[in-house]
Amino acid sequence: MIEGRGWISRILRIYLPVAVCLVVMLFPFYWMLIASIKPNRELYNAKIMPLVVYQPTLKHYHDLFADTNFLTWTYNTMLVAVITTAASLILGAMIAYPLARMNFPGAAVVAIGIAATYLVPQPLLFIPMADIINKLELGNTLSAVMLTYPTLLIPFCAWLLMGYFKSVPRELEEAARIDGASRFQAMWRVVLPLTTPGLLSAGIFAFTLAQNEFLYALIFLAKSEVRTVPVGVITELIRGDVFYWGQLMAAALLGAIPVAVIYSFFVDYYVAGLTAGSVKS
Amino acid sequence: MAVRPDLVTRSVPVAVRPRLLHGVLEREGAFSWIMLAPGVLFLLAFVAYPLFYGVWLSLQDRPVAKPGTFVGLGNFITLAHDAVFWQVTRNTFVYTIVTTVLKLLGGLAMALVINQHFRGRSLVRAFLLLPFIVPTILSTVAWMWIFDPTFSVINWLLVHTGAVSSGFSWLGNKTLAMVAIIIVNTWRGIPFYAITLLAGLQTISPELYEAAAIDGASVRQRFLHVTLPIIKPILIIVTMFSVVFTFSDFQIVYALTHGGPANATQVFVTYAFDLGMSGGQLGMGAAAALAMLPALAVMIVALTLYLRRQS
Repeated sequence: MIEGRGWISRILRIYLPVAVCLVVMLFPFYWMLIASIKPNRELYNAKIMPLVVYQPTLKHYHDLFADTNFLTWTYNTMLVAVITTAASLILGAMIAYPLARMNFPGAAVVAIGIAATYLVPQPLLFIPMADIINKLELGNTLSAVMLTYPTLLIPFCAWLLMGYFKSVPRELEEAARIDGASRFQAMWRVVLPLTTPGLLSAGIFAFTLAQNEFLYALIFLAKSEVRTVPVGVITELIRGDVFYWGQLMAAALLGAIPVAVIYSFFVDYYVAGLTAGSVKS
Repeated sequence: MAVRPDLVTRSVPVAVRPRLLHGVLEREGAFSWIMLAPGVLFLLAFVAYPLFYGVWLSLQDRPVAKPGTFVGLGNFITLAHDAVFWQVTRNTFVYTIVTTVLKLLGGLAMALVINQHFRGRSLVRAFLLLPFIVPTILSTVAWMWIFDPTFSVINWLLVHTGAVSSGFSWLGNKTLAMVAIIIVNTWRGIPFYAITLLAGLQTISPELYEAAAIDGASVRQRFLHVTLPIIKPILIIVTMFSVVFTFSDFQIVYALTHGGPANATQVFVTYAFDLGMSGGQLGMGAAAALAMLPALAVMIVALTLYLRRQS
């Protein structure tokens, strides 16, 4: 931290460090983009300067759509992410609401259980889960991931929403109850509308978590038609020792775009979700 | 004691049934448990049951699609006599400790940079969080190309600036492969630290700094005695989360090195995956995965105690 008011000190103190951060954090995405539009003769030529593209081409994108099931993978990823996010948000809210606002026997045990479930890392569960999914005969179906993703998302949603539900003053709810509202109506008409930002934060966060999931998808989805984007990219654009670099980069970029676009609309909610847990407690 | 209305109405069931249900839902306990039931039952079936089933599997010799035989602690004993298992343990600790230190320092530095006032700050913040948003496997694909033995851009830079005479085989060398997965994990994790710590920095009121400045505190003193104590709770929580998730990381290692070369980057989860999924030995795989449970618990407790003692 350098003190001072002049423009030189401002450059050294603010703009230079900001520029360094941006270059380091965004370079891999730039690299992805230019590799995806380089013709193979540029990609695999170690002699030319690699930081720019001389003759851009969309060939890799064309090949990606023509030779692989990329569109199906995108559809699968979206379908699974939307359904699991919606289901987890509803079930998570139903867990969080009583824990945040009610007194009842067993509340403490459930609250500890939810926190523990949130911290149990998925890697402890994937091997027994593989056997369970096998026994349920759900291998190679999207149901397999739709059933397992909520195990990651529900505890997260419940945990985040508890904070938001607690923040609504009891007096508001009591006033509604005195006016004759049932417990359900008090929740639906008073508390939920006031916690819409929390629901949005949890939803956006859960959606990106669902898009990011890889381990369960890798284990359960072995057929091309049911794969998600991350699994499809890793298993079908790398065959043995052959890497289809141009197509890999095109697929990675296209796969990242939906998440990035949705994120860009809800940045503030995402950041709120990210920080709520750590700042509030 | 007055007669409770719901007891009276019980004698005339037909007309009042909705009121009865209504009455039950008005009771706090009943309402709570009806709300909780679907989610809690789901988590019991798909988290608690698999967890215990995993413990049971770890006590069996259990090939895929065949009945298992009970072997007691046999799998754990086999692991303890396996040099690879100890290498995996060492790798996982190195990976977790080094990346955590780097993410903590890098994230704090980045948070302090963005916490200054400048035009376009919220846009910068949004862009800096991108590595954390984009699905890990997809950004790791870009890093695979960055570390490519022949066409690595890092090698190109090093050679053309004259730093080295020939490029490195990043993922083919045991040490460099570890360096590579550490770089990618750090790159992806720094924004998480930076943005959460930034939220903490923004809760500090400017008056505190002004008061400290009037009392003659230097920039360094202000950081140590004003900033650090205030963001400390966030720092601890963020670090704990990050440690748990780095210790159980799978995606970056699986995509970048598959645990190679010669197990040099093999961590618990990729090892359990190789044994249980690729090797088809569910029992051994479950045991390898469970082996990280005590370490995970110890690390969280140790970190909390250490940071408490510091305060």
